[in-house]
Amino acid sequence: MANSKFGKLWIGIAILIILSPVGLILPELLKAGGAWGEWGADEIEKIAGYIPHGLKKLSELWKAPIPDYAFSGWDKGVKSYIGYIFSGIIGAALVIGVSMLIGKIFAGKNGNS
Amino acid sequence: MHIPDGYLGPITYGSLWAAVIPIWIYASKKVKEILKASQVPLLALSAAFSFVIMMFNVPLPGGTTGHATGATLIAILIGPWPAVIALSIALIVQALIFGDGGITAIGANCFNMGFAGVLVGYGIYKLISNFSRYSSGQISNAGTRNSPLSTCHLIGAGIGAYAGINLAAFLTAVELGIQPLLHTGADGRPLYSPFPLSITIPAIMLEHIFIFGIVEAVVTVTVLLYIKKSHPELIRG
Repeated sequence: MANSKFGKLWIGIAILIILSPVGLILPELLKAGGAWGEWGADEIEKIAGYIPHGLKKLSELWKAPIPDYAFSGWDKGVKSYIGYIFSGIIGAALVIGVSMLIGKIFAGKNGNS
Repeated sequence: MHIPDGYLGPITYGSLWAAVIPIWIYASKKVKEILKASQVPLLALSAAFSFVIMMFNVPLPGGTTGHATGATLIAILIGPWPAVIALSIALIVQALIFGDGGITAIGANCFNMGFAGVLVGYGIYKLISNFSRYSSGQISNAGTRNSPLSTCHLIGAGIGAYAGINLAAFLTAVELGIQPLLHTGADGRPLYSPFPLSITIPAIMLEHIFIFGIVEAVVTVTVLLYIKKSHPELIRG
């Protein structure tokens, strides 16, 4: 099977997911906030002094099921790290599923070598 | 660099949706031509890698965070057009499921990170590695030819990755910074992202020029070195 050929690389992805809480812990330790320009409406209010009207309206357009890779009530400490790993698993699984599907459709009858 | 919903007004997010759809159509056409069934897992691996590497937020002490995207790396491994598809899938899942990047801004984020960053990063990699082939042409007959991933390839990959993410960051900064010019309310205040170009460009570019660009280059070269050892057949040179 083609997949076994890339076995080591799949393991690499799994290791990265398990290590992903590093991407939460390091910013916490070094007191770094989120990315520049990725603030929520309330944070914008703190920075700019007001919430732009259009920004507020559009920012309420979509409620992501797992916002910020955190499950509700699991947004602090060790629980947030576990949630982050679960988010990594769910996200990677979706990304892999969609790419496999699209890839199979696109590859179609193209040769196997 | 994931622009959330509300930061871009309709002119900007609409234009970037309009730009990215033909890019997706063209990329799909190219991928249909070149992708073999045996390469499908590699497309999935690449998309998953991009998704996961973006979870590794790199902190600037007391400041903001940023992350690598893997765009140039993936383009080197599976080709630029499959890379456009792989990055776009990762970015769309991030937006829909995790609210990382907005729905209205999917066009913008896919254009910046999933297209411009990929093509420019890969283009620079190709330019430098072709140059290396040319300059090593004389000694190639001595038998050192076709070693996959020479030092020149690695340098090209690193510089390409650095340039690619910086271009994506620059586009993001410009798209955010033009909002106060495009949309103001009746009270004269910006309707969407309120920060002018004079703030967005230095804020986003300085951190990418000095930190996140280097992170992207290091990730790219490290993974290439690993793959050179474990799966040399994947590197087409």
